[in-house]
Amino acid sequence: MSDKHTLSVLVENKPGVLARIAALFSRRGYNIDSLAVGPTEHPEISRMTIVVDVETSPMEQVVKQLNKLVEVIKIVELDPTNSVNRELVMVKVRADAETRGQVLDTVQLFRAKVIDVAPDAVTIQITGNSGKIADFLRVLEPYGIRELVQSGMVAIGRGSRSITERTARPVPVPVPAAG
Amino acid sequence: MSEQSEASTPTVTGAQSLVKSLESAGVDTIFGIPGGAILPAYDPLMDSTQIRHILVRHEQAGGHAAQGYAAATGRVGVCMATSGPGATNLVTPLADAHMDSVPLVAVTGQVGASMIGTDAFQEADIRGITMPITKHNFLVTDPADIPVKIAEAFHIASTGRPGPVLVDIAKSALQASTTFRWPTELNLPGYRPVTRPHGKQIREAVKLILESRKPVLYVGGGVIRSGASRELRLLAEFTGMPVVTTLMALGAFPDSHPQHMGMPGMHGTVAAVAALQKSDLIISLGARFDDRVTGNLDSFAPHAKVIHADIDPAEIGKNRPVDVPIVGDAREVIDELLALLTSQADAGHTGDYEGWVAFLSGVKGRYPLGYDAPPDGALAPQYVLERLSDIAGPDSVYCSGVGQHQMWSAHYVQYEHPRTWINSGGLGTMGFSVPAAMGAKVGRPDATVWSIDGDGCFQMTNQELATCAIEGIPIKVAVVNNESLGMVRQWQSLFYEGRYSNTDLHSKRIPDFVKLADAYGCVGLSCETPDQVDATIEKAMEINDVPVVVDFRVHRDAMVWPMVAAGSSNDDIKYARDLAPTFDEDDL
Repeated sequence: MSDKHTLSVLVENKPGVLARIAALFSRRGYNIDSLAVGPTEHPEISRMTIVVDVETSPMEQVVKQLNKLVEVIKIVELDPTNSVNRELVMVKVRADAETRGQVLDTVQLFRAKVIDVAPDAVTIQITGNSGKIADFLRVLEPYGIRELVQSGMVAIGRGSRSITERTARPVPVPVPAAG
Repeated sequence: MSEQSEASTPTVTGAQSLVKSLESAGVDTIFGIPGGAILPAYDPLMDSTQIRHILVRHEQAGGHAAQGYAAATGRVGVCMATSGPGATNLVTPLADAHMDSVPLVAVTGQVGASMIGTDAFQEADIRGITMPITKHNFLVTDPADIPVKIAEAFHIASTGRPGPVLVDIAKSALQASTTFRWPTELNLPGYRPVTRPHGKQIREAVKLILESRKPVLYVGGGVIRSGASRELRLLAEFTGMPVVTTLMALGAFPDSHPQHMGMPGMHGTVAAVAALQKSDLIISLGARFDDRVTGNLDSFAPHAKVIHADIDPAEIGKNRPVDVPIVGDAREVIDELLALLTSQADAGHTGDYEGWVAFLSGVKGRYPLGYDAPPDGALAPQYVLERLSDIAGPDSVYCSGVGQHQMWSAHYVQYEHPRTWINSGGLGTMGFSVPAAMGAKVGRPDATVWSIDGDGCFQMTNQELATCAIEGIPIKVAVVNNESLGMVRQWQSLFYEGRYSNTDLHSKRIPDFVKLADAYGCVGLSCETPDQVDATIEKAMEINDVPVVVDFRVHRDAMVWPMVAAGSSNDDIKYARDLAPTFDEDDL
């Protein structure tokens, strides 16, 4: 069992939030394995999926420190057995007339997708968890990987419960009294 | 916005909106310096009858003055600076306020919105720069946002664990037309500080307290920030538990109280260090197990269970594992602990700590704070502070810089009330004292405010004597002049075979502090021998129309004792050089 933890972090969709979070990880000496940010079903809330590689006790600190950021609304650590996670990779593989057939077989086998073709290369898109993607790349390696781009991992809990529904409503706070 | 409110809301500039916002937030004092980008704000500020702007000589001092004001009054301190260098000069006070949980709002001008990112004249990304050293910060480019952001800044700075908030406002937003409307509520969905402790945790804590035989109340600065001194005293006296107060908490519990074992830590009293080391239960209230308190963590208080109460959940268990975590405001936590302990006592359940308190009182008696008189009749710095404490008394406010004089101030001044001791604890900022004293005096004009400074510290920020003299802020400065960077020199004596690399300041020769005081329109006094000390302090106490600077020319080899060497175990505390205390464990 590795020390990787997957955090779903709901943040206010405001400029500078990503910088704040990245700076916090760097300042406190925590390593981010992967980070993905995007909008949610609520326009004022963005969701980050952060994979951190730390032991359990510093992990508590990570979550507490993140919670101190004013723009962080909610943090949920996803249970690996009760959540689904995916990454997306686009990879440019050398494929000439001789090897193209074998490359395309591999694409079929992994249920990946060819998204661009050139005389001496194909560009393939694959989604999956990190294990599947690592296997896929290992098989492609001998043909020659010319370029590769990989997204951060996104993850979501299984079942019907939503982590965003109860946080969508901002909580009003009284203004400091004047005088 | 409804038509009605639009009709009743006149058009103003962003700058006018800023000043109205600051007034609405209750601001009465701003420490600052104008400059290009913040210039529009200074025009309406001139007409404000509510806000007094104090023109400081350096933005860093403006920030420390706002800290001193906040620490002395409990209100939010406010400082203002222009973009670029003005803003970067605030970095040190912001970091200082962040470490010591001081409520502070800093307003900075930024270059015009269209210029941001172009490396314009006096442009610095102060929001990016201060992200890790503020509780929160904002960049405002839309003038309509000014009231909301100012209201949010004051709310965030003053609630939960207090801290500094920076509001960076583009010059274009200050110049643009807008309408002013002070918000009626704030939307901060990610900011919900918990102040009320959980009942279950309180019950767990009380169970441990009643079971323990050697408990200690480990009191930190949070007790002062939350205004819980009265409650703390009730709790301590009701239970009979011994108390230690950290450097940030001096004054939270009267020094004269028999249950007070002193300050723990690297330069703590033997009794306070023993109270933690030998304890079986540490009840931490608004403290954070700082390395200067714990020494080597692995050997810190090895037999103690820990109840850790703090308003900041991230402090709980950060350095030391915890048995009972309590998230809440110190005052509410103490109130609830006391309520439950009282009802337990009514049911016949009380703790028995008599043997423990007797043991610690014995240690306190055997190892009081003390020092050797220097040879050849020279002036001992400790003596100066003892006399200052006696003459100026516990109702004065004392602000120190950082170093030996700070530790001697912690040791030899008797603190009886909260908010009478103001220093830079976490960041350890040399030069803090004079501007902090200035701010404290502005916040509490009727109190006597002493800046206790070292000759090294004093030379970092003494330009503010000009501000004090001109603005009518009659602080008193005691320069403990040992003509060196004394604490560094002490380490060189102890750990670098007395090789004094770059710690000799020659401050008994240059500058002449008496002439310097005179040049700044202050009264300068000098004191070189023990027999002059009382008369000099009394003279300084009599001068209340202008600032006073006293140059106490002290023996340079005096050291701060007791001491736990950095990284060592608290068990290895030295009472004096080569003198370790012995504990008669049979007493326990």
